[in-house]
Amino acid sequence: MNVTVIDYKAGNLTSVVKALRHLGAEVTVTDGPDPLGEAERIILPGVGHFAATRRLDETGLTPAIREAISRGIPFLGICVGMQWLYSGSTEAPEQRGLGYLPETIERFPEGNEKVPHVGWNQIVPNSASRLLAGIRSEEFAYFTHSWRAPITSGTAATTEYIQPFASAVEDRNVFGVQFHPEKSAETGLKILKNFLELQPC
Amino acid sequence: MLTRRIIACLDVRDGRVVKGIQFVDLIDAGDPAALAHRHAFEGADEIVLLDITATHEGRATLLDTVRRTAHSLFVPFTVGGGIRTASDAEAVFEAGADKVSINSAALADPSLIGKIGASFGAQAVIVAIDARRNPDAADPVGQARVFTHGGRKDTGRTAVEWACEAESRGAGEILLTSMDSDGTRAGFDCELTAAVSSAVRIPVIASGGAGTVAHFADVFGSGQADAALAASIFHFGVSSARSLKQELAQLGIPVRLPC
Repeated sequence: MNVTVIDYKAGNLTSVVKALRHLGAEVTVTDGPDPLGEAERIILPGVGHFAATRRLDETGLTPAIREAISRGIPFLGICVGMQWLYSGSTEAPEQRGLGYLPETIERFPEGNEKVPHVGWNQIVPNSASRLLAGIRSEEFAYFTHSWRAPITSGTAATTEYIQPFASAVEDRNVFGVQFHPEKSAETGLKILKNFLELQPC
Repeated sequence: MLTRRIIACLDVRDGRVVKGIQFVDLIDAGDPAALAHRHAFEGADEIVLLDITATHEGRATLLDTVRRTAHSLFVPFTVGGGIRTASDAEAVFEAGADKVSINSAALADPSLIGKIGASFGAQAVIVAIDARRNPDAADPVGQARVFTHGGRKDTGRTAVEWACEAESRGAGEILLTSMDSDGTRAGFDCELTAAVSSAVRIPVIASGGAGTVAHFADVFGSGQADAALAASIFHFGVSSARSLKQELAQLGIPVRLPC
């Protein structure tokens, strides 16, 4: 199981790489586009600010990722990495996302609840999801974010915080999770293992 | 539903756990990596490793300890103690920490909060506040003061005001320790926790004073805490995070019960 993890200096990718190696994957870390041409599957981690994805444009990673996705290889975005799959985010309106999904990422509405949404919350997977195969309804995952994706036809799991939002998305070979599977104990490891075992489509 | 978090805290000196949750059946109860793994297995939502090593040589040992502890830990992992600069924080992140906890260094230079957050994200910066009620004030809780140096040095700042500044400077969470309650096992300072928690929009982790399961229920209820630190849970008459959470669930507190 080979996986290429993209390093764009957004947060700390140590945890993601560690979890993948724990699962027996051979991990290549890259901060440039070249290795993506040969990649068998790609993970875009990320935590922090949406503006950090600007580096993907500056380093030529964006077109390389688009090309890899069109080859049909499995692609997984984590947290900001999932949000980047959409057209953009109100967190950094000047920064465009990949636009694979047309919607825009928006902040949780103001109210009595705290924002950011931090901690362990339940995910309700869509039974057809390949990424979330074997994950029961209401298993817990670890979240830390203030912006979230709307529920659409591509939503692979929903979570409730203030309002229901998309905690996972899945469209053919493209996957995203808002939570941190690398920090979500056994549930998260199961999801990463599912991803590592996906075949190109 | 978002659950309330139980965070296991290990105090470490020179690479060994000196205070913390002890398990009788663990062969080496002093090894942070073994204990952290055990707590995560038992259902602790996060692990905090607080380094109380005073010496310079101890820093290298700490990084090795963080690396070993993080190696097979798949829940959020915070490291605190002795982090004075952004490069200290970077070394700890590179060793495998997900968050750092900063205390006196942030008071000395509040811009440190934003500096660490700029590289690693706001969620990775916990500002730890040691506070004590101010008995001379008309509002002893609202005017609770922030102390450093193990409670010997009064910073002259109030806990509520410092927590708000930390939030505005980009802290991801507040770890609030009541110095009045710490070590008493008479319960968390719920009024102080509520005062701080209601003043900020970031999560507040309560610390200091837990003695019974009911104390956790209180701090999650009237204390409005988002998380609570369990420093020596085994002495509370429960054997593990798992049984603590089972009892909390029976009291109607939303917690993550591991499968």
